[in-house]
Amino acid sequence: MTPRFILTAERVRNGFAALFVLGFFAYLFGPLIIMGVTAFNSSAFPRMSPFECFTVEWFDVLANDAKLVEGLRNSLFIGVGVVLLAVPLGLSGALMLTQVKERVRPWYYTIVISPILVPGVVLGISTLLFWDRIGTMFGASRDSIFYDGFFLTIIGQATFISAYTMLVFISRLQRFDVSQEEAALDLGATHVQTFRKILLPFLKPAILSAAVLAFLASFENYNTTVFTIVSESTLTTFLAGKVRHGINPSISALAVIIVVITLLGAALHEVLKRREAAAEKETARIAAGELARRRRVKPFALEPAVLLIALVFVAGLGSAYFAGTIGVEECKAQVKAEKIRQAQERTRQREAKAMFQNAPAASEAAGQQIQSTDKSERAGVSQFQGIFDVGNLKDQAGADDGGDGAAQQSPLGTENFNPIFAPQNLSPPIDSSGDNRNDNRSDGDNRNDNRGGDQ
Amino acid sequence: MSADVQLDEVWIRFGDFVAARDINISIRQGEFFSFLGPSGCGKTTLLRAVSGFLQPSQGRVSIGGRDMAGIGPNKRPTALIFQNLALFPLMTVWENITFALEVRGAGRAARRKKAEELLELIALPGQGEKMVSELSGGQRQRVAIARALAAEPSVLLLDEPLSALDLKLRQHMRTELRAIQRRVGITFIYITHDQGEALTMSDHVAVMSHGVIEQVGDGNSIYNRPESAFVASFVGENNLFSGTVAATDDAYVTVDSPAGRLRARHAMRGGKAQLAAGDSAFVFVRPESLKFAAGASSASAEASSTEASSSTGALDNRIGARIHQQEFEGNFWQVFCDVDGVDKRVKLSMVNDGASMGRGPGEEVTLGFNADLAVALPQGELAAE
Repeated sequence: MTPRFILTAERVRNGFAALFVLGFFAYLFGPLIIMGVTAFNSSAFPRMSPFECFTVEWFDVLANDAKLVEGLRNSLFIGVGVVLLAVPLGLSGALMLTQVKERVRPWYYTIVISPILVPGVVLGISTLLFWDRIGTMFGASRDSIFYDGFFLTIIGQATFISAYTMLVFISRLQRFDVSQEEAALDLGATHVQTFRKILLPFLKPAILSAAVLAFLASFENYNTTVFTIVSESTLTTFLAGKVRHGINPSISALAVIIVVITLLGAALHEVLKRREAAAEKETARIAAGELARRRRVKPFALEPAVLLIALVFVAGLGSAYFAGTIGVEECKAQVKAEKIRQAQERTRQREAKAMFQNAPAASEAAGQQIQSTDKSERAGVSQFQGIFDVGNLKDQAGADDGGDGAAQQSPLGTENFNPIFAPQNLSPPIDSSGDNRNDNRSDGDNRNDNRGGDQ
Repeated sequence: MSADVQLDEVWIRFGDFVAARDINISIRQGEFFSFLGPSGCGKTTLLRAVSGFLQPSQGRVSIGGRDMAGIGPNKRPTALIFQNLALFPLMTVWENITFALEVRGAGRAARRKKAEELLELIALPGQGEKMVSELSGGQRQRVAIARALAAEPSVLLLDEPLSALDLKLRQHMRTELRAIQRRVGITFIYITHDQGEALTMSDHVAVMSHGVIEQVGDGNSIYNRPESAFVASFVGENNLFSGTVAATDDAYVTVDSPAGRLRARHAMRGGKAQLAAGDSAFVFVRPESLKFAAGASSASAEASSTEASSSTGALDNRIGARIHQQEFEGNFWQVFCDVDGVDKRVKLSMVNDGASMGRGPGEEVTLGFNADLAVALPQGELAAE
């Protein structure tokens, strides 16, 4: 009888390879997936588990966040501005490279490419300082263009983004056949006509990709923008500010939108690319005389793959919206009721504990029993324990308000972290912080160890 | 017949390198003129100087009597057909053809009409909507010609346009080019390293080497009356005997060579004698000018040598040789012979008259040729094999 599975060197190797690939993709896409899930979780802090209720309310929140929308609008505006500035700049830089003498070329290249190597922070500060000097020179007022956040940001970002676009153009220009330019000139075209009718059509794909690249680089830029934006805000600077002051899942919702747009764009690009490749193959076959006549490429809208993508997108959007709005309130009410119930339960137990402690005659056995109940309950509803943490009690008098506000704090105030470092723990327990003492006692080992170390 | 394209004392230098040296050429209106030379001889450089892509370092280029100095390629009445054709890949065939009209601002309807005319001329009617990539090599060739003709140039410049085609297509395109030239009646300046192309198509050929024009003339004079060792060795096949001039007169030169004393025509250059007694000289004899002087077998040849010499007429030169190898080419026999003191095998071509050659390798033979069919030239640079 032969075994069904034989372990061979190759299988081991393949297994490891598969494992590596899986790990690699998990590393790449894990954060995106988690972020995507948090966008649909009704929990007030962006997290994946526990998954409370499926909701699309964060998209509403996103749309109604005026500052965020304004930042987004500013980012789009600046992105377009950077595209309009960096694409011509990069193109002229690349064209210049083909014109300068062979000997000068490496020097020229190094100089033009150097903004990529300069840290964005430095570019940001230097842009700010430079235009401030210029403004001062002309005696311009503070609300003139030299101090305008949009102007400075577009200029500042374009300094290095035009180097990116130049690289795109250089690689395309390397494939340009100069004799085409000469042919056009020879046929009587002026230099401008030659540029417009021969070189520009050839560079069109490069211009498109350079524009996309420039826009994306501008859109996601933070380092330079944070200095040059002055009093305005872009999406990145707004998000960075928000992270500092606490975030909600509307950021995840924004991420989901961006990811979906990117995926759609990529899919569309892939479909078009394949279509073009197929058309090219057909052209080659016609040239070889295999096909009698050229079949017209089908119009864009009739492409089944494009239709399919559009359909899936619309269906996904519709069903998500449907599922995300129907029954959300009930679900949330349930979760809230559950939280309140648990909170009340905890309060009751706390009160009971306090009674025990106020009565010194209570037996040690009874105390231990309470502790064990406390622990088991903790394990069961660990996600709500944030409510009872020291920090929350300190700065949140109205804890009864509901689980939402408290839950938002919980990742900051974790169980093992807070009690040890909370200043109250170092001082002897007093009556007013009875809860506190209780909590500490439940992690009694921890605290005792700590004390022992101190002494 | 006015001179249409005139080059006067044109020099073109790239740094220390001289690409064209003191070029004086006069090309008549409506002529098919070829520059023939090995690659790197400066013929393309000259063409670029005519089309305006580079300015001569010195000298004058004039077209139609007008000095072209400082006039750019887009302002000259020339159209260039590039070696790689340089068709515009992003345009259709008809857009390619009428590009010259488009840049002059001609309307779409007028351009379509002109395109159809030209497509008719190049025998590609109704193919205007195709992309260039859908055409075959020969069709692209013709589109390039049509595109250049649409500019209505007074001079059409062609930079080895047939070199990328296969042999059969090349031969076909030669005839076609010549026919188109006759039809449109403008001056064609043709650049090639292929002597077959130059000789079959051209009214006049200029043979170039190392930036210097070696000889200008029609095909017949270039082939039959070479004026330099380079031309003699580059154009067609030639057997070469080197030696020293023993005596000369206006018509003939006697040269002492390892193969014996040879008598050959005295090649003039610009009406001047090129050789004097004591000079080193080359004697060139075409394979088809060589004959077997003796009879079929060496035994009978020796027995009746007087008879043999009388039967072959007055052969001025006789060379003892030994057959190395013979090749049958159908219409021709090619015979390669070893001659003592001559490095390269002597080649002889005989028309196949139906009779068997009747000789074999190793056989001792006597080769002969007439002084009028051989040429003596000063020793000089030879074309690379």
